Amino acid sequence: MNDSNASPEELLRRFQARIDAEQRIEPKDWMPEAYRRTLVRQISQHAHSEVIGMQPEGNWILRAPSLRRKAVLLAKVQDEGGHGLYLYSATETLGVSREELVEALHEGRAKYASIFNYPTLTWADIGAIGWLVDGAAIVNQISLQRTSYGPYARGMVRICKEESFHQRQGYEVILTLARGSAEQKAMAQDALDRWWWPSLMMFGPHDAESAHSAQSMTWKIKRQSNDELRQKFVDQTVPQAEFAGLVIPDPQLLWNAERGHYDFGPIDWEEFNRVVAGNGMCNRDRIAHHRRAHEEGEWVREAVRAHEERKRERAAQDAA
Amino acid sequence: MHAEPELFHYTLGLADDALVLGQRLCEWCSNAPFLEEDLALANVALDFMGRARMLYSHAATLEGAGRDEDALAYLRDCREYRNLLIMELPRGDFAFSTARQFLVDAFNLPFLEDLCRSRDPELAGIAGKALKESRYHYRRSRDWVLRLGDGTAESHRRLQRAFDEIWGYTHELFRAGEAEQRLVAAGFAPDRPALRARWEALVVPVLAEATLRRPEDAWSVDGGREGTHTEHLGHLLSELQFMQRAYPGLQW
Repeated sequence: MNDSNASPEELLRRFQARIDAEQRIEPKDWMPEAYRRTLVRQISQHAHSEVIGMQPEGNWILRAPSLRRKAVLLAKVQDEGGHGLYLYSATETLGVSREELVEALHEGRAKYASIFNYPTLTWADIGAIGWLVDGAAIVNQISLQRTSYGPYARGMVRICKEESFHQRQGYEVILTLARGSAEQKAMAQDALDRWWWPSLMMFGPHDAESAHSAQSMTWKIKRQSNDELRQKFVDQTVPQAEFAGLVIPDPQLLWNAERGHYDFGPIDWEEFNRVVAGNGMCNRDRIAHHRRAHEEGEWVREAVRAHEERKRERAAQDAA
Repeated sequence: MHAEPELFHYTLGLADDALVLGQRLCEWCSNAPFLEEDLALANVALDFMGRARMLYSHAATLEGAGRDEDALAYLRDCREYRNLLIMELPRGDFAFSTARQFLVDAFNLPFLEDLCRSRDPELAGIAGKALKESRYHYRRSRDWVLRLGDGTAESHRRLQRAFDEIWGYTHELFRAGEAEQRLVAAGFAPDRPALRARWEALVVPVLAEATLRRPEDAWSVDGGREGTHTEHLGHLLSELQFMQRAYPGLQW
């Protein structure tokens, strides 16, 4: 049946029926404007997170403690940039250009994962980011492999493969420190102390307080709730900390045999909101850095455009 | 002739070249003019890091003194570093990094082609692998020279200035000390002075096509292979070696 003959209500009904039947929505399919906007917001936030995340990790490439670690970290940061690229491409399928999204980032209209507003102070922080931040990201992204928008779901499949590799590498950094000298072990513990709670915050507010959750679940943009995903992360990470001989900084953390899950203490949402609102250690640095690199690159991008233009003109002259 | 101590020092110099340039390339991470270029620069940096690791490991074997790649990279100071000066110059702006990379890539092609025929099979093998990468590096940096040289007035000005600033450091690429000359005679090492014509053939026509002027050969600086460096290298090493110096003797 031709879409142009259908009423808006009918289009919406058919759209939801496809979602309910677990069919993927593709770029050329009809979609409600709010669905498109939600995707642009979520995917671009994800893309910006990958790109901004290059900064705290890039902060240790020059100082990595061995050549092997340096090469692995550089490759990892490069992967994150690559994820940013696929995700920006996914937003382009929704009619928004990368330039517009970068502008929104610079003007503070677009968000990125707030965890990257925390500083990487020691080498152990590189381990902690891989282990905890990538670990938390994977839990979320595995779930998003079944998200209803095709390009996003396919991007997630590819990203998940690389992220799980990063998570193992990060954990291996932490494990090496935890089994090293007293100083190294203290460095690992300190990193866990600083990154644990922000990692739990990565899953977003509790389900009851989550602004966008219900509609996103109906549209199957989100497949599992924030609290479900957070619980999954806690359950898989606690044994890893124990295996490394590190202590998770939560006195209320306890296995609950009845639920078959770990119980954990309350999250400090005031801190979360404070950091999201711009009061984290690195919020200003992250945007200033991205903006500076972008501005410093302007003459290069201009030169590329001018050169392409001249090549086109020459080709046209040759053809004439 | 017993080549091993000389071959060790020679290999170490090549390893230092790769590491120091790789470290400079790493500085571009999250600083490139656009995201695709960030990834491409990281790729090139990774190639140089990989090259450095193979060369240090081979040097460690040649030395046979129980040092490994990290001991060689992290526990030698400025005077013991043997890299050529062109590798250690600060990254500068994108034009400077482009000009340096182009000149070094154009050198690496003939150099590695000849090193593939080294009597040391290990060095020849490393050169074979590196040569494939360097062919790609050269195509990439040549394209950038053409784009920036024949781009806007500003990009042209910046790139010309970069070539003018770097040119005097290229002469060191074609010099060989006495020890290296003995390795050349024994069939271990390429003959640097003899590579100049092939290098110029890869460089000069590209400069012309990019509407750039070949800089004058009016000045030249050298000393890297003897451990006399610019003041920049010490700072590069203090960052590179920070962890191993601050926490000595640990595994990471």
